[in-house]
Amino acid sequence: MLRLFKADLHIHTCLSPCTELDMSPKGILTAAKEKGIDILGICDHNSSENSLAIIKAAKNLSIQILPGMEVTSEEEVHVLALFDDIGNAQKLQRHVYKHLPGKNDEETFGMQVIVNEKEEVLGFSDKLLIGATTLPLDEVLRLIHSFEGLAIASHIDREAFSIIGQLGFIPDNLGLDALEISPSITIEEARQKFPYNYPITCSSDAHYPDDIGKSFTSFLIQDGTVKEIKKALKNEDGRKLIQ
Amino acid sequence: MKIKEIIEKLELKALAGQGNLDADITGGYTSDLLSDVIANSKEGNLWITLQIHQNIIAVARLKDLAGIIVVNNREPDEDTLKKANEENVPVLCSQEMAFEISGKLYELLKA
Repeated sequence: MLRLFKADLHIHTCLSPCTELDMSPKGILTAAKEKGIDILGICDHNSSENSLAIIKAAKNLSIQILPGMEVTSEEEVHVLALFDDIGNAQKLQRHVYKHLPGKNDEETFGMQVIVNEKEEVLGFSDKLLIGATTLPLDEVLRLIHSFEGLAIASHIDREAFSIIGQLGFIPDNLGLDALEISPSITIEEARQKFPYNYPITCSSDAHYPDDIGKSFTSFLIQDGTVKEIKKALKNEDGRKLIQ
Repeated sequence: MKIKEIIEKLELKALAGQGNLDADITGGYTSDLLSDVIANSKEGNLWITLQIHQNIIAVARLKDLAGIIVVNNREPDEDTLKKANEENVPVLCSQEMAFEISGKLYELLKA
């Protein structure tokens, strides 16, 4: 049976250097529950290492967790990659790590905390997660799709690190599944400003618990999976994006 | 100054658009944000960038730029060069970084 799912497909955890420890599994899930979020996309910069902790922590909750990451392409374009299967997220992560130069400087960029579902700190990533990969945008999309993932261009209304800011416009035949807008613009404004023939998703890009669910996308789907969301974005089998 | 002369003086390698090297350039513009180039570059500018995505050709066409200098010895892929040839946009490659090439071009045009 189809029902309405409230999805925030873009949040960061304490693994992203630009967040604090309050973006722990508990901090995130408490906030998501309060906001009535049904689907949560875990999109740390260039890493999926905290996805599993959140999946495990959400085990007894009615929130579906989609493991993923926010990949930075060679052109410094941010792209969300979301998966149904943690194994596929990890496959993408292996490619991303192989093409991610540099080491993090905690003093400059912040801590990159890897946690488990019990809020225990497992370690700190020493990769330069805030940096750019050496993967061209085309290749990032090809990889995401080869692992059955969902590829969404991040915050296209922002100048920094967005596909339009970096590349001037969206290239043809890129195969994006959707365009994401940040909470600072409405769908109507976005449609006018960016007249592209792509579905638009709204997410919070939360770096603080309070921001989770600040902006969200409603899907009429059967269950909270990437598979169903893909159908909704294509308007297939009665699945829909509700806007 | 014509692109031809600039190629010689700055020791650039022409990778595409070789049929269009006689244009006089109106100045230079250095930026890696394509949205910024669309907003602020001027017709006839020689654009200095490290971006090699295909979109650089469309932006150069859109703004009627004289050509593109790709710095740091980065080589655009075949699709980008093919598009450049179709659109007749000179793509020039330099081993130097944007700072150096911009400085040298500035000096050349000032002289």
